[in-house]
Amino acid sequence: MKTNLRYKFLFIVGVVLVCIYGIIGLPKSKEELIANWHERIHLGLDLSGGTYLVIQVQQQDAFNQEASSGADRIKDAIRKANIPVGEVSVGEAKDLQDAKSAAILVKGIPATSAGSFRSLVNEQLAEWVLTQQNPTDYRLTLKPTAALALWKNTLDLSKNTIDKKINALGLTEATVQQRREDADSELLVQMPGVDDPARVKQIIQTAGVLELYDVKGGPFQSRDEALAQNGGVLPVGTKLIGQPPTGAAGSRGGGVYLVARTPVVRGPDIRDAKPESGQLPGSWSTGFVLSQEAAKRFADFTASHIGSPLAIVLDGKVLQAPSIKNQISDQGVIEGQPTQQDANDLALNLKAGSLPASVKYEQEDTVGPSLGADSIREGFYAGIAGVLAVIVVMLVYYKKSGINATLALVLNAIILVACLSYFDAVLTLPGIAGIILTIGMAVDSNVLIFERIREELRAGKAIIPAVDAGFAKAFLTIIDTHITTVVSCAILFLFGSGPVKGFAVTLVIGLVANVFTAVFVSKAIFEWELSRPKPVEALSI
Amino acid sequence: MEIFKQTNYDFIGKKWPFIILSLVLTAAGFVSLFIKGGPKYGIDFNGGALMDVSFLKRPSAEAIRSALRQKISGEIEVQEVSGKQEVLIQTGARDDKALQIVRGDMISTLDSAFNPGANSQKLDINTSGQATLADRLRDPLGRAGVGLNEDQLQTLTKAIMNYRDTPSVHSGLVASLDDLSSVPGVTPKVLDVIKQECQAGNFAIRSVEIVGPKIGADLRQQAINVVLIALAAMLVYIAFRFEWIYGVAAVIAVFHDTLITIGLFSLFNKQIDLTVIAALLTLVGYSMNDTIVTFDRIRENLKLQVRGSFTDIVNLSINQTLSRTVLTSGLTFLTAISLLLFGGQVLSGFSFALVVGIIVGTYSSIFVASPILIFWQGLAEGRTSQGRSPAPAGRTSSVSDKGVKTVKPVKTAK
Repeated sequence: MKTNLRYKFLFIVGVVLVCIYGIIGLPKSKEELIANWHERIHLGLDLSGGTYLVIQVQQQDAFNQEASSGADRIKDAIRKANIPVGEVSVGEAKDLQDAKSAAILVKGIPATSAGSFRSLVNEQLAEWVLTQQNPTDYRLTLKPTAALALWKNTLDLSKNTIDKKINALGLTEATVQQRREDADSELLVQMPGVDDPARVKQIIQTAGVLELYDVKGGPFQSRDEALAQNGGVLPVGTKLIGQPPTGAAGSRGGGVYLVARTPVVRGPDIRDAKPESGQLPGSWSTGFVLSQEAAKRFADFTASHIGSPLAIVLDGKVLQAPSIKNQISDQGVIEGQPTQQDANDLALNLKAGSLPASVKYEQEDTVGPSLGADSIREGFYAGIAGVLAVIVVMLVYYKKSGINATLALVLNAIILVACLSYFDAVLTLPGIAGIILTIGMAVDSNVLIFERIREELRAGKAIIPAVDAGFAKAFLTIIDTHITTVVSCAILFLFGSGPVKGFAVTLVIGLVANVFTAVFVSKAIFEWELSRPKPVEALSI
Repeated sequence: MEIFKQTNYDFIGKKWPFIILSLVLTAAGFVSLFIKGGPKYGIDFNGGALMDVSFLKRPSAEAIRSALRQKISGEIEVQEVSGKQEVLIQTGARDDKALQIVRGDMISTLDSAFNPGANSQKLDINTSGQATLADRLRDPLGRAGVGLNEDQLQTLTKAIMNYRDTPSVHSGLVASLDDLSSVPGVTPKVLDVIKQECQAGNFAIRSVEIVGPKIGADLRQQAINVVLIALAAMLVYIAFRFEWIYGVAAVIAVFHDTLITIGLFSLFNKQIDLTVIAALLTLVGYSMNDTIVTFDRIRENLKLQVRGSFTDIVNLSINQTLSRTVLTSGLTFLTAISLLLFGGQVLSGFSFALVVGIIVGTYSSIFVASPILIFWQGLAEGRTSQGRSPAPAGRTSSVSDKGVKTVKPVKTAK
């Protein structure tokens, strides 16, 4: 028994040391101790302050976009194959549930050309399913596998882009994750320390799609004027892009430019962007750098278009239309940003690229730092009060065995906090409540054992057999009770969101640690007391 | 110290007052729920916006409500936090677009109502974050000739924010800009710049929670599912460890606890949010624990072939575990009470559910679960009286223990 006991104690001391290391590392000074503590125990947003956003990615935008480019492709193909056609249009999906029903509608294909049309579709739109509505009209929707792939891609791309944008803001501790299963199309953004998400939301909303177009005509006052100038119809290969009103309170009215249909430079061609001081003191600009391949294209274009205007279009609106002064290869400047922050944000958006679909904010929680600090303080006081009450009652009721129970409780708490640190679990306010509750419930195991021991002593057993019997008989009950609470915590964990998950985690870890401390550690302490050279007359219990 | 030495109370005999109490509480709960049209859901389940605002000097709830009513449509509830200059403002559910602007609307309405004479060009130091403050002060500090590099600027603004947010001293509010002179790094020159660029408003936003309609509806459905799944899982586990009637009795007892707790929430006009559901699930676990300890003892006594009727055995088991039950409930209750008293306003619904649930959960094991066992026993044996029979060593066929190996000597119930 003696050597057995020694091993048991070595094991317990080992566990304690590992736990303490997990919590505070190997500090050489008080500052290091505090720093280690902060680093290892992660505080949830409700304790540290910060913002939590649930974003719903509007998949229907991506699906509509896919249908739109598919429609363009098939229209071209039909024209090249000289098949007569009435109209090619897009049946847009209105919201998230219908996203996958975005369709390409082809009307007016004569029955004679049906065969060639079908083979064109097989060629150009292999991922689409063709359904014939009537002898001349067709409807195409994405195949299920292709739809699933697009859904997942949109979600992933949105997640990565938002991640890039947020990190570029300097929020290095922020995380972007997928919230639940793919089918929900929701992203969870957590930003510690951010107490006003307005700027972040603004940046996420801004697409940052930059395009440079060859200007064919304009600026016109309105779309009608533009059409009138060109004989009522747009020349082939052109389109109209508007310019929003500029100047103080929109004093300079917006206009419309006639530009080439395809841009010379597009968003993905931009390799880098940064804010710069503008030409005039106090003004700011955003400079951008093109990729090598795009730079070549741009150099050729600018060389052959010196003197003509170039439209800088951001998110579908003309920002500026300066004239090309000389050949530019890989660098450009967008001038006239009101503040340094605007120039910065634009650069950020250009670099991060655009979101494949728009977003909706489902939930937004902001906890200010003062509330976070208060919550920690209140949780701490409640914890101390609870623990003290429990310890006092145990000591009064069970005398020296109460010390045994207190030691087990303290160890329980240490193991709990250490597990939080090792599992990188996040401590939330409900998590603190979980710790406090664990203390209350943990003491139950000790009570069960001690009551049993009292019963056995009363029935006339000697001390050592009484202690053994007490532990043995109570063990099964302890397991039963712990399993039921663990089951309800598991369900809570699967179902709950952030703070509630934290609660489930601390409660479960506390309960599991409790089986160890109440059964193994408590018993070891009793055994130690009973194996001392001076025999124990009566058990202080 | 030992309070319960070999007690012999006739719990089962005295069950009727408690069962009546249960019925009364449950009925009261139902009536309250019926009158108020269901439980009072927090924004977690209903959607809407919840804002925690602390004031230098808190205006009346009515003043706040009427100020907000000018711009915010629908339900507006203003709840004062006792003991602090704080209010909780809650608006009703609305669609996504409206939700996006409600935060800005609420803040601007509060601003115009309670920050009279505010200069709209200046930055309100009580409602801004550290980054915004740094951005605002950067250029003016440079122009005033205070040479700070970026790191120093960040440290300075962080120090100002720490000063402002010191718990219980200022709790997020700076009363007057002059107070900032005690912050390290704020020289008179810096203070001048701050006074030029900023002002100290009368309130600070402690937290904002905005929940869209879709999440609210999802959560409501899930909450119900989760509680039902938990109960079903318990039923299966207990049926496996004991017998199915034990499982049914335990689940009915826990279900009764949950109903009474929700009813009391409705009676006391308290809101049910996500943390309350967490508390309810914890209670389910806790009440099960309690019931299992009693059942465990009943099973053991049956195995020992203790003499007496089934009712006597149940009574004996309850008496034997009484010490443990009272002590554990007492201790868990103490921790729950300290959470309720000291745990702060965020956890108040949670703590209340726990306190109520522990009381109800404890007595339900004795006065609900066990009587159900006895009742079933009585039914199964076709006896009309309460399980009292002249038959020896009371083990009958329907309520038995599996796998009895040895028959120990009979212990008499004292």
